Amino acid sequence: MATTEDVKKLAALARIRVEDADLEKFTSEFDAILAYVGQLEKLELPAGLDEKPALRNVMRQDTEPYSAHTYTEKLTEQFSAREGDALAVKQIITHE
Amino acid sequence: MSKLNEMTIVEAARALRARECSVRELWDACVSAAHDKNPELNAYLEIFDADDAAIESAQKRIDTEGESAPLLVGIPLAIKDNILIEGKIASAASKMLENYRATYDAAVIKKLKEAGALFIGRTNMDEFAMGSSTEHSAFGPTKNPHDPQRVPGGSSGGSAAAVAAHMCIAALGSDTGGSIRQPAALTGLVGLKPTYGAVSRSGLIAMGSSLDQIGPLAKSVEDARILYEAIRGKDPLDATTIPDGLYPVHPPAGGTASFRIGVPRHLLTDSVDPDVLAAFDATLERLSQAGHELVDIELPTSESALAAYYVIMPAEVSTNLARLDGMRYGLAKQGDLPAGGLLDDYINSRTEGFGEETRRRILLGTFVLSSGYIDAYYRKADAARTLLRREYEKAFVSCDVIAFPTTLSPAFKFGEKGDPLAMYLEDIFTVTANLTGMPALSTPMGFVEREGESLPIGIHFTAPHQSENILFTIGSAVQ
Repeated sequence: MATTEDVKKLAALARIRVEDADLEKFTSEFDAILAYVGQLEKLELPAGLDEKPALRNVMRQDTEPYSAHTYTEKLTEQFSAREGDALAVKQIITHE
Repeated sequence: MSKLNEMTIVEAARALRARECSVRELWDACVSAAHDKNPELNAYLEIFDADDAAIESAQKRIDTEGESAPLLVGIPLAIKDNILIEGKIASAASKMLENYRATYDAAVIKKLKEAGALFIGRTNMDEFAMGSSTEHSAFGPTKNPHDPQRVPGGSSGGSAAAVAAHMCIAALGSDTGGSIRQPAALTGLVGLKPTYGAVSRSGLIAMGSSLDQIGPLAKSVEDARILYEAIRGKDPLDATTIPDGLYPVHPPAGGTASFRIGVPRHLLTDSVDPDVLAAFDATLERLSQAGHELVDIELPTSESALAAYYVIMPAEVSTNLARLDGMRYGLAKQGDLPAGGLLDDYINSRTEGFGEETRRRILLGTFVLSSGYIDAYYRKADAARTLLRREYEKAFVSCDVIAFPTTLSPAFKFGEKGDPLAMYLEDIFTVTANLTGMPALSTPMGFVEREGESLPIGIHFTAPHQSENILFTIGSAVQ
């Protein structure tokens, strides 16, 4: 049974805010979904289900790099704030 | 001859080669229908301006290469809004990416451009492909062309409506739990979810990375096959793409003229609408009379498949969408320091950028992956997934293809499934193909009446890994 406090904690972990006005509804819907997926608890599983997939350890040679600056302008255009070609973020450590 | 925009790929390719129409005339017919119908249907989030160079180049290829030109040359297609086309917005129908402009082409777009296809626009969808109705789009729902009071299904509902209303010749969607096949069924189209790894996911905005596949929505099985053949193939940019022949071949014992069709009767319970079940039985009866054999099969873990899916999918969603924090791209809600610092910026950007259903699934994913619950939920679901795949593999010893209705009922009305869990149950038959990685196809199996409206429904076939050809053959037999 999920509580509003549980939902608040999960939201903090997920870096999302659930507004107080929505909290009760959100919690009750969340609870119903958990009750549904909770049927997995009753599912009896045989041993030996830890299989290797048909395709695994796929590697590729670290070759043919993009030539420098091919995507620089397109990517930096998407930045919320920039200084030249650098992504500008808030200073989080101060010397004060 | 039908109107140009109402043609299939096969018909349009023939008409272009026979000089019955030009590439420009075909484009204009589709775009004109798109502009006429979009205000009502909201199938497209954006209808692109004509790319004159691409249209002229396609015409030149038809003029010079003739019959040897790829069938898709000059064919106008609609593309789901989570597939990147360089220079175009790709928003995944989310406020978070409303202004995000793709910096490269998805692998499937590269292939389609090489094949000479044209792109009419980007289609509406449930936000980040989470939903079964397009009601979760941040830009308003898409309406079903068969009855605008009803949903077109989802999440590829915009692509489905665009094809069904002849606002393009065919479209691409993506399918994580049924998002191509369910809208195909609800709009009277053919929809294919390929074998996991058959089609590159490079340039597809990720939802559930172990489940997502791009596939076609088309007016005929042959069109779906043509689009699938054009986009499939191993790609160095997607390490999960598979080489031909990775899985054992399952040649039908009776050849293509006589398939053994497995029917899991124990899954066809009271929850399936009686007229949908009657149409399903009538379709099977027709196939039986055409020489195919019906076989009863058991898939017991299927009853837990939806629960397993709603653990694995949100876990992957919460991981994939963690990258969206308003810093490098996407919606940025930045306050002044020192109030809350960077953390507040992340939280504000994510809370305003994501819609309710997206936030719900991120929270659910965060929960099932959290310490103390990961064994009870995520690892259990992952093991159930393996068991489910084994049951399907065992069933494919006694049958060549597995059939059930694509959905429990025809298209529902807007707002009818306001409870999230009721919406999730829409995926009950389709999620197994994503969990097992097997290919699956929905093709129309007639109509049922609701409140005086005739609404399409679909039959769903699942085949062993890399056996798409079985699906195309049995799908054609239904048509």
